[in-house]
Amino acid sequence: MQSVDSHLFLIVGAALFSIGLAVVLLKRHAIVVLMGIELMLNAVNINLVAFSQYDPDRIQGQMLALFVMVVAAAESAVALAIVLQVYRHFRTAQLDELNELRQ
Amino acid sequence: MIQLAFYGFAALTLVSALAVLLTRNVMYAAFFLLLTLLGVAGLFVLASADFLAVAQIMIYVGGVLVLVIFGVMLTSKAGSGTNTDSQRPNQIPSPNRIGNSWVMALLVSGGVFVALYTLLARASFALLNQPVGWESTIRTVGRQLMTEYIVPFEIVGILLLAALVGATFLASNRLTR
Repeated sequence: MQSVDSHLFLIVGAALFSIGLAVVLLKRHAIVVLMGIELMLNAVNINLVAFSQYDPDRIQGQMLALFVMVVAAAESAVALAIVLQVYRHFRTAQLDELNELRQ
Repeated sequence: MIQLAFYGFAALTLVSALAVLLTRNVMYAAFFLLLTLLGVAGLFVLASADFLAVAQIMIYVGGVLVLVIFGVMLTSKAGSGTNTDSQRPNQIPSPNRIGNSWVMALLVSGGVFVALYTLLARASFALLNQPVGWESTIRTVGRQLMTEYIVPFEIVGILLLAALVGATFLASNRLTR
């Protein structure tokens, strides 16, 4: 089974990271910003896995990617709970309308 | 054949990630994120990480994305059709008003991509010239989790428990008066 050139994985990872960064910077709905963060974490995981296939005995890259996934799941659960409370408090989830610390 | 599958999954990933960026509807963005995560799982398979691909589908598509869709549905106002418009950019403080924030954000992300691409095009990793074999990683992942990574494994279990309990507490109605 012939494998793919690993530079291509790195380039796909770089493009996905840039798209995720653009989503975080451009969008103003809080949940879409969270989606951008997920995209960036996935791009980093692609890089880790691409390098990890040259280390079949210890697969350190894949283990780190596994822990990144679990932490990302925990992060998104807590972040969505916070977004839900913000929405209940301000009746909106658009980030540039949240400009008060207290109400 | 493998090359073709790689280009297919890479195109699926990047096109649906661009669709997340370009769509105006938050619900459509969630579904395009589903396609992106599936494409990333396919890339994991092609990089000989089969366990990680299955874990990606189970954790992201089965867990995180369902949470995201719940969040989208719970934070959408009924009756007003314009609030799903998420296309107006965040206000980025730009001194002396060089362009508007669209241009600034696109400059930043495009600049990051160009910098990474030139870095990768110029770099020559000695590691990447070695031949790779393809074998299942499930046995290795299990052995590593129980020997070398036992402490991070337990810690991440505690973290996940604490995060889920905290999320349940935060999302409950007790905090609102």
